[in-house]
Amino acid sequence: MSAKGEACESCPAYNHAALKKMGIDSEGADYIVALAGNPNTGKSTVFNALTGLRQHVGNWSGKTVSRAEGGYNYNAMKYKLVDLPGTYSLLSTSTDEEIARDFILFGQPDVTVVVVDATRLERNLNLTLQILEITGRVVIALNLMDEAERHGLQIDVRHLARSLGVPVVPMAARQLQGVPELLQAIEQVASGAIVTQPHHISKYDPALEQALNTLVNQIEAEYPGLPNARWVALRLLDNDASIIQAVEEKRLGELRLSQQPTLTRQPLPVEMVQ
Amino acid sequence: MTTLDQLPIGKTAIVVNLHSRGANRRRMLDLGILPGTRIFAEARSPLGDPVAYRIREGLIALRREQARQIEITETEGDAS
Repeated sequence: MSAKGEACESCPAYNHAALKKMGIDSEGADYIVALAGNPNTGKSTVFNALTGLRQHVGNWSGKTVSRAEGGYNYNAMKYKLVDLPGTYSLLSTSTDEEIARDFILFGQPDVTVVVVDATRLERNLNLTLQILEITGRVVIALNLMDEAERHGLQIDVRHLARSLGVPVVPMAARQLQGVPELLQAIEQVASGAIVTQPHHISKYDPALEQALNTLVNQIEAEYPGLPNARWVALRLLDNDASIIQAVEEKRLGELRLSQQPTLTRQPLPVEMVQ
Repeated sequence: MTTLDQLPIGKTAIVVNLHSRGANRRRMLDLGILPGTRIFAEARSPLGDPVAYRIREGLIALRREQARQIEITETEGDAS
């Protein structure tokens, strides 16, 4: 913890008493919070700010290969925080993306925090919209606001929140700015105090809807209680090889348990080099 | 047909069409490469492959066979 961080936390506005960093202790959590986002947006910095852990933070992509877990207490509730690998998409097929996708889909987190790079908003909204298709229980952490300001970028945060239909918290996580607001937004979405109205891509055409319904019924018959059967059906129609394989091998239900994935890393077809 | 692998370093192009299919096409779309997207060729790796492209404020490295699947028109003008 930097000296700067401590100065911030001693300020009353930071609601110091309400947050207790629990490190790796995440037993018996009341709420599970997933941390998702593009590579290099500061997910691990946000994770560390909330849990007090020092999960490796580095300026390169693919650093968080597996999930990291930690905990914090806030207003007498216990939160388990799961830091997912950075991904551009939930639809491609690298190991990192599968880990993130499976957890958001089948791990059923109470809240998914999408950490977004304010200086590359357009690029980051692809993943954001994909996540909103799966779950509305989302908080956007609009990170790197300090860098955006330095580049002369102004972001209409209210408008963004209205368009996406979920809370948007401007942050500079490295300076611990926005941390109390993020904690509060997570609490409000987790408890249901805020009911979100997630933006969805407009309706599909009737023929596709019909095909979807047929498939959803079959999937639900095969996998009773599976969350997000509609999303799975869409991927099948999209000819997504990894989902087809999971369905064929009857592994979909197992994904729900989101077992610790292996640490082997497949080379990605493309890499973000900066 | 001009493809992205033919774009010289320091030049900008607009994407006309994606010729990849399936997972590769999906990947390109997820990286923000769509018809109409502006791409700037920023740097070549020492061995000439891959090349780093500036795409929607991000720097993305593409291999030659991936760049070859992206049809472009070269334009005047600078990055992004």
